[in-house]
Amino acid sequence: MSALTGEDAPPQAPRQHYLNVTYGVRSWLLTLDHKRIGLLYLASITVFFLLGGMFAVMIRAELVTPAGDLLQAETYNKMFTMHGLVMVFFFLIPSIPAALGNFLIPLMIGARDLAFPRLNLLSWYVFIVGGLFTLFAVVQGGVDTGWTFYTPYSSTYSNSAVAATAVGVFITGFSSVLTGLNFIVTIHKMRAPGLTWFRLPLFVWAHYATSLIMVLGTPVLTAAVVLVALEHLLGIGIFDPKLGGDPVLFQHLFWFYSHPAVYIMILPSMGVVSEVISCFSRKRIFGYKVIAFSSLAIAVLGFLVWGHHMFVSGQSVYAGMIFSFLSFFVAIPSAIKVFNWTATLYKGSISYDTPMMYAMGFIGLFTIGGLTGLFLASLAVDVHVHDTYFVVAHFHYIMVGGALMGYMAAIHFWWPKISGRMYPEGWGRFSALVIFIGFNLTFFPQFILGYLGMPRRYHAYPDEFQVLNVMSTAGATILGVGYLIPLIYLIWSMRYGPRAGSNPWKAKGLEWETTSPPPTENFLTTPLVTEEAYAYAAPDVEEQEGARVG
Amino acid sequence: MSARPGAVAHQFDDARQQREAAELGMWTFLLTELMLFGGFFVGYTAYRHAYPEAFIEGSSHLDVLMGGINTGVLIMSSLTMALAVREAQLGRRKGIIINLILTIVFGGVFLGIKAVEYSHKIHEHLVPGPNFVLDSPISNNVQLFFSFYFAMTGTHAFHMIIGIGLMIWLIFKARSGAFNGEYYAPVEMVGLYWHFVDIVWIFLYPLLYLLGRH
Ligand SMILES: [Cu+2]
Repeated sequence: MSALTGEDAPPQAPRQHYLNVTYGVRSWLLTLDHKRIGLLYLASITVFFLLGGMFAVMIRAELVTPAGDLLQAETYNKMFTMHGLVMVFFFLIPSIPAALGNFLIPLMIGARDLAFPRLNLLSWYVFIVGGLFTLFAVVQGGVDTGWTFYTPYSSTYSNSAVAATAVGVFITGFSSVLTGLNFIVTIHKMRAPGLTWFRLPLFVWAHYATSLIMVLGTPVLTAAVVLVALEHLLGIGIFDPKLGGDPVLFQHLFWFYSHPAVYIMILPSMGVVSEVISCFSRKRIFGYKVIAFSSLAIAVLGFLVWGHHMFVSGQSVYAGMIFSFLSFFVAIPSAIKVFNWTATLYKGSISYDTPMMYAMGFIGLFTIGGLTGLFLASLAVDVHVHDTYFVVAHFHYIMVGGALMGYMAAIHFWWPKISGRMYPEGWGRFSALVIFIGFNLTFFPQFILGYLGMPRRYHAYPDEFQVLNVMSTAGATILGVGYLIPLIYLIWSMRYGPRAGSNPWKAKGLEWETTSPPPTENFLTTPLVTEEAYAYAAPDVEEQEGARVG
Repeated sequence: MSARPGAVAHQFDDARQQREAAELGMWTFLLTELMLFGGFFVGYTAYRHAYPEAFIEGSSHLDVLMGGINTGVLIMSSLTMALAVREAQLGRRKGIIINLILTIVFGGVFLGIKAVEYSHKIHEHLVPGPNFVLDSPISNNVQLFFSFYFAMTGTHAFHMIIGIGLMIWLIFKARSGAFNGEYYAPVEMVGLYWHFVDIVWIFLYPLLYLLGRH
């Protein structure tokens, strides 16, 4: 195998690949190559991530002192709203699927491209237009409804740029739908010969489940946002109690999408962790089929638990009990994954390269986030901690500790494939550590703050909460530095990093059998798959094994 | 790679794979459309359950005859659309074009009648919002009914306009001889879309015009 992939070969002579096949802005903006579109997404979501991060900086800076001195209450409301909107809709939801899934899925299944390359490019443009609308809303003075657009904040009583933002979210929704649709069709119809469903990498399974949520959930958000926009612009009253409308109906429609949206963020990361854990333990993943089906179970059950956001919104007690029970139930497939990853580590020959450090971080932090989710799914506890920093800490452990850790693991793991270069490993491990420390220092104190009763979404707080808030802000500073380091060294490595070779991790999977960076058509000949995924064997056996023919 | 390189995009191995991908893609898209209208239907159901009298009163202000004619017109357009797909399978260029034009005409008649209905509602001050006037103790709740009426029929009409645009594109493609007995997927896909839009109306008509009426 290694003879084919050539990782021991001397630095290759310049060769044609997807990055150097054509040059110029036009060749990128009109590209139909899924790898280039993935990079377009990668660049745009990085910009949005920095933007969302800037809003977070303002929030944490305000919260250093108990008095609301840096930002006025209205400005503060806009800051946390924009932070949530940008991070959820313009970073986390597209992050792994649209950037890395786009890049990797055709490579992983041995296809030349996604099924619909034009739709793929269109989805990026739609995403950008949606993003521009949202930026326009910022320029217009921002939005203060919270990222959830609850009526009547967003309708009767709104005094900010709700319409532009709603249109932005509405438009981005279509890019998500198009991406999901493209993935579903591609995974069904474009797999290489021999690549059966149960030989697919778990990354692909995770993206299949994610795509189902994108396709089934997003249109309901679209419907809800259309109704809010109509109410806001035309004064019709679908959610207006004066006409007999019900604001809680909006919450139902919104969370029907937005709870499953959490799984749009976390499932792809789970797929990444499956790949990374298996590779850096040099072991076949434990319980392949169970992990694959647990992704689907999460996607399906995730649609049945939205009411846990509304325990105190006046939905019926019985509905609350059922939603509480189902929310406990959805924890099972997530826990199954964690147990399987742990079992994979058992007796593996583990190495702690940067992707593995992030993956280990994911497992620990996701477990904390998931378990505190169970606290919140319990009716009585939720009444106590509802709308406190406990909730904020919980979902940041899932979205940052989970989804973002997985994203960082993925970026480092596949960076050699994407760029053809290695990143500096020492800096990689260092920044992974910085991010882990910074993250916990930022968000663990928020669990305590919330439990003590500090409500979210206020710019001022009683004096006794200051110590924990200062800790949190200090952590956020460290976290920010932790994210800037990879940004710098990854860009640096594109030019100065050592050449990676086809398979620097000696990993399994079709994407590692083509050159780095891959040629435009991905594979010179269509690969034939003859073995299961993650066929890692003892190192000496591995050398002789060449089961997959390139 | 394939017998007909002109018709098969580079990412597909052969025409069959390409057609299957297009079909699955279209059905998946229709699933998203189903969820979109599903959101509206859920809202409608919740409020109909909460205010049954208001919804009956609201629907008595709608013109059953016009709605009924429109239902017939739309069913006719589905027939001509199905015929267009059949002609495409047989590779008859002229038949495709004639049936698509007929479908567009039926679609246009539907939208025309809908426009007349809308203008009546505007004259009768039945458009929700500040100008809504209705002499009824439950006029506020009736306004909710009309909010759904306009949101749902408006979204439906918007889908029809897109469908008509797609058919005009198909006519140009058919004129240039793009379709033959082996390659007709675009006609089939637009056909699926059009039938879906028709089926949505088949549900909208009784829910908005007929249910509980006396
Ligand atoms: Cu939830």
